Amino acid sequence: MAKYVIELKDIKKVYGTTVKTEALKGINLAFEETSFTSIIGQSGSGKSTLLNIIGTLDRPSEGLVYVNGKDTSKMNKNDLSELRNKAIGFIFQFHYLLPEFTAFENVLMPIRIAKEKITDEMINRANELMDLVGLSKVKDNLANNMSGGQQQRTAIARALMNQPKIILADEPTGNLDSDTTKQIYDLLRKINKELKTTFIIITHDRKVAEEADRIIEIKDGRVNVDMTHKKDETNED
Amino acid sequence: MKLSLQIAWRFLKSAKGQTIMIVLGISIGVSVQVFIGSLIQGLQISLVDATIGNSSQVTITRENEDNYIRDYESLEEEYLNPYEDIAVVSFALDQPGTLLDDTATSPVFMRGFDQERSNQIYQFDEKIIDGRMPESEGEVILGDVLVEDMNLTIGDTYQVNVVNLGTLSVELVGVYDFGVTAIDESWMVTSLGTLQNLLGEGMVISSIEMQVKEPFDADVLMESLQSDLGSEYEVSNWKDQNADLLSGLNGQSVSSIMIQVFVTLSVVLGIASVLAITVLQKSKQLGILKAMGIKDKEASMIFLSEGFILGVFGAIGGVSLGLGLSLAFTKFAVNPDGTPVVDLYIDPWFIVLSAGIAILAASLASLIPARKSSKISVIEVIKNG
Repeated sequence: MAKYVIELKDIKKVYGTTVKTEALKGINLAFEETSFTSIIGQSGSGKSTLLNIIGTLDRPSEGLVYVNGKDTSKMNKNDLSELRNKAIGFIFQFHYLLPEFTAFENVLMPIRIAKEKITDEMINRANELMDLVGLSKVKDNLANNMSGGQQQRTAIARALMNQPKIILADEPTGNLDSDTTKQIYDLLRKINKELKTTFIIITHDRKVAEEADRIIEIKDGRVNVDMTHKKDETNED
Repeated sequence: MKLSLQIAWRFLKSAKGQTIMIVLGISIGVSVQVFIGSLIQGLQISLVDATIGNSSQVTITRENEDNYIRDYESLEEEYLNPYEDIAVVSFALDQPGTLLDDTATSPVFMRGFDQERSNQIYQFDEKIIDGRMPESEGEVILGDVLVEDMNLTIGDTYQVNVVNLGTLSVELVGVYDFGVTAIDESWMVTSLGTLQNLLGEGMVISSIEMQVKEPFDADVLMESLQSDLGSEYEVSNWKDQNADLLSGLNGQSVSSIMIQVFVTLSVVLGIASVLAITVLQKSKQLGILKAMGIKDKEASMIFLSEGFILGVFGAIGGVSLGLGLSLAFTKFAVNPDGTPVVDLYIDPWFIVLSAGIAILAASLASLIPARKSSKISVIEVIKNG
């Protein structure tokens, strides 16, 4: 079993063909199992690009991404889809629930995409997750009939449904008020502890970031700061 | 597949107005197909029926010195009975003559029939407008045009002069109306025996007349019979004698198909363009589904399923609308006597075919948006919020 669930080796990302913009300029990072990491950086620093590459939503121009010890550069589109479905849960700023389905159906969606049979066990798990995120009462509401916080919590439950090892979150509280933001982070922390899920979270909120075990700051496509939460162990890049 | 279908269904349900508009569009297309198709088919059937319904469709004559067929019963047994496509076989003996009245004369075409059989072709009993069918020898029926022209009376006896054979006395027992002047002013219909006795040639006939189960295959039967019977006999069929009608019917069929093709094409383009817009509308959902691991093929299946569902509902709506339209047409477009101007022909297979084409066309139309959906990139969706 890999010690690192994710390893990035010399990741570069270049956009454009005639006018080339280098978004990532050689990133080497590794994420330990059950760790809770926040990535910060100014807008345009390349942090979202990095997260998308970690999540195999985007491919790097150069370098290698290992997920669970497997080299993703050797996988085709379908393999990557399967990997995302099984190993990675996403939480986005704009939660992206399917508005045509109820909260509960949204939570079950990753199982259905995996073409697994919806067993009683799955239903129970979904119900437990709804409990965990505190949404049991509104689980049969259509996604659009819920508040922003409720929708984001549904997205969290959905990300956890396939019991992925890794949760990637891009500004998960970006459009939520400060009270809800606190609730959501407490929830993510709780999941991290209880389910041993690895979290990598992008945030622009330093306060929020400081709650993480490890903070990585991206600047101009490079790792500027990589520090664990113990304030004396700061590694400058 | 099941998931794609469910997502497709929810997508369609979430945009009810748009869905109803597309279904209505397909329905109107299908209904035009069903209506035009049924109308043209009905028109053709009634035209063909009027032309050949009451006449011989395949006829055998003989080409020898007297043109008589003598061994007709054994010929039927040996050559005609094996063909299942032959529905009716009737024997006819024809002889031209001149009908004489006190003051006037008129050329007549005497036709001796085996009554029971010939009635299946010509339906004389339905066309008798006065009197009755000939029952015993020497009795004849004449057309209403001739009876009126010569002022003849039922029950009277008249003389018919036949060149080289002398004069025959006939009793007029009935008047028929075929609605075809050429027949109504010339045919003198009598029994086969009456003419056989007049000719004194024994048991002879001049032609074997047949109706077939598939009139449009009459030429195939003709060729087969011709090769069976050899060159001593001549086999003809209605299609050779009605080439103009056939080319008219063909033209009608082609134009009907053209209309249907263009209607289908416009339906396909309509669905394709609306579904292409739907892909854009649903790009967020597609993005997140892909992030969650749905494969491109399944994402495409969502839109193929949408096309299929729209096709099914469009077909159901279209068939109902088309049949309703057809019913209304037969009720409101009527002759003064209340009969429909054109009898529509509702062919269940044609309806099923139209519905099938609609479903197929709608599914095909969704191929373009389906392809488009597989090209949607998650990154683009996330970046654009």
